[in-house]
Amino acid sequence: MSANDKNEHGEGVTRRDMLAVTTVSAGAVGSAMVVWPLIDNMNPAADTLALSSIEVDISTIEEGNSVTVKWRGKPVFIRHRTAAEVAEARADDNAEDLKDPQADAERVTDGKEQWLIMSGVCTHLGCVPVGEEGDFGGWFCPCHGSHYDKSGRIRKGPAPTNLVVPNYTFLTDTVVKIG
Amino acid sequence: MAHGPEFKPKEGSLLAWTEQRLPIVGLVHGALGPGYPAPRNLNYLWNFGVLAGFCLVMQIVTGIILVMHYTPHVDMAFDSVERIMRDVNYGWMLRYIHANGASFFFIVVYIHIFRGLYYGSYKAPRELLWMLGLVIFLLMMATAFMGYVLPWGQMSFWGATVITNFFSAFNDLYAGDPGMENGLGDVVVQLLLGGFSVDNPTLSRFFSLHYLLPFVIAGVVILHIWALHIPGSNNPLGIDVKGKQDKIPFHPYYTAKDAFGLFVFLTIFCLFVFYMPNALGHPDNYIPADPLVTPAHIVPEWYYLAFYTILKSFTIDFIFTAKFWGVIAMFGAIILLFFLPWLDTSKVRSAKFRPMFRFFFWVLMVDLVLLTWIGGKSADDIIFMNVQAVTIGQIATFWYFFHFLVLLPVLSRVEKTLPLPDSIASAVIKKA
Repeated sequence: MSANDKNEHGEGVTRRDMLAVTTVSAGAVGSAMVVWPLIDNMNPAADTLALSSIEVDISTIEEGNSVTVKWRGKPVFIRHRTAAEVAEARADDNAEDLKDPQADAERVTDGKEQWLIMSGVCTHLGCVPVGEEGDFGGWFCPCHGSHYDKSGRIRKGPAPTNLVVPNYTFLTDTVVKIG
Repeated sequence: MAHGPEFKPKEGSLLAWTEQRLPIVGLVHGALGPGYPAPRNLNYLWNFGVLAGFCLVMQIVTGIILVMHYTPHVDMAFDSVERIMRDVNYGWMLRYIHANGASFFFIVVYIHIFRGLYYGSYKAPRELLWMLGLVIFLLMMATAFMGYVLPWGQMSFWGATVITNFFSAFNDLYAGDPGMENGLGDVVVQLLLGGFSVDNPTLSRFFSLHYLLPFVIAGVVILHIWALHIPGSNNPLGIDVKGKQDKIPFHPYYTAKDAFGLFVFLTIFCLFVFYMPNALGHPDNYIPADPLVTPAHIVPEWYYLAFYTILKSFTIDFIFTAKFWGVIAMFGAIILLFFLPWLDTSKVRSAKFRPMFRFFFWVLMVDLVLLTWIGGKSADDIIFMNVQAVTIGQIATFWYFFHFLVLLPVLSRVEKTLPLPDSIASAVIKKA
């Protein structure tokens, strides 16, 4: 045993302790680095992410009609609202039963209030709500009974938040890019 | 470990030679053979452990065969299952055994758990045995859920969507940016799904894990049996085994008793497999998965319904959203069972000597039936008069937690128990 292995009292931190601590630490960091790829590979892959934006031609959607398009594997509702629907949605901007208060104007693009574009996924547990149903004439989720109004805001039932408005831009007056 | 007659192969025999090098026959002899002395008074409720083991083996064997014909891809999964049903030799039978086998596995395990609750099998010194059993139960739930997704029918798809969305409740802790789906819950859900919705990456990982988990269960079952053999089986009287006169060897006594139970089980099981194979399933799962249309009435498999009711019973936001509390309560309902040995502090194990405990045990059973029944209803279904399903569910949910968190701790302190017999043998001899 060399002099470096023990201090003069034979106690305290030795070179062996130091070696043990560094070895274990290096092992722990190394293991964590190996585990990360094992976890991260379960995240959305590059091809899944590549499909994350779509362009939709909305010129064929008549007033008072909706279409459902598939974006990221999930439905997106595009509704061409009538002037009456817009007025009704805005009249409810301060309604007391809004769980997740939001003005209708914040949910649409300025100057294109007739176009309501939002995710067709119930914010409760992910079912697809049915259009023009429910107590508020907006959307109704059959799974656990969430009622959304004409702006897609949650008014009644277990869903915690309004139907999500995805990021989208009008490329032209008739083409929307979602995502 | 409790020791019975030792395993002694004849000297010079091949078995003796093997045993000296790898004592595996002796291990089985001691675990499930004449070398395991069991209490002499076990009733038929003690069959269900062996029955659960049988179910596990049955599911693994039929599952391995089904995989030979199944294709885990969203475009082909549904059709490959239909092909198994129509074209593969005995495919219909293997699939019906596997599908009904899952249900019967749960029936058997539920009875096994209730047996443990009634006779106090979770109490010292069997706490770890009980907890390992709960781990098996949790693994079974995960396995059955992922298995149900594989046929890729409407219920598969929407069940997977609803259940993975439980985790989006974590958005309550960090919501992320509006419209970006980058809250804590969103990130967890995307990690589970491998995308933004239930799709091919989800199906393939569920398939991989559905194949893996039964073997993990088998591993935990070995630990469960190991932990059982340290103190030995509990018994209907709930008193400790005192000596030789209280015990009989597992083989041939209980192997014979278990064999009889197995035949009864198989008779009922075959009735389902051959005469009503879809009675426990849902017709919507014979419609191929459609990501754009949700079935009008989504229900999980019957064995999850009680927990589903607990999830649905939280309807009021309080600090966090109702959804968050529902998810916490649902998982909490199982997690709290891990603490059961310390919630029920009564020294007397068996409900036979605890009149009040016995009464409330049956109230709990009624409560669980109620939770299960309500789980299959829509929230606004009217049950009677003007009472909605959700209200009944809330009362039943309250009672479930009340029973374990308040009633049991209080009961175990105030209840006057009946006198215990001196030993298992004396209880029998006195009667005679």
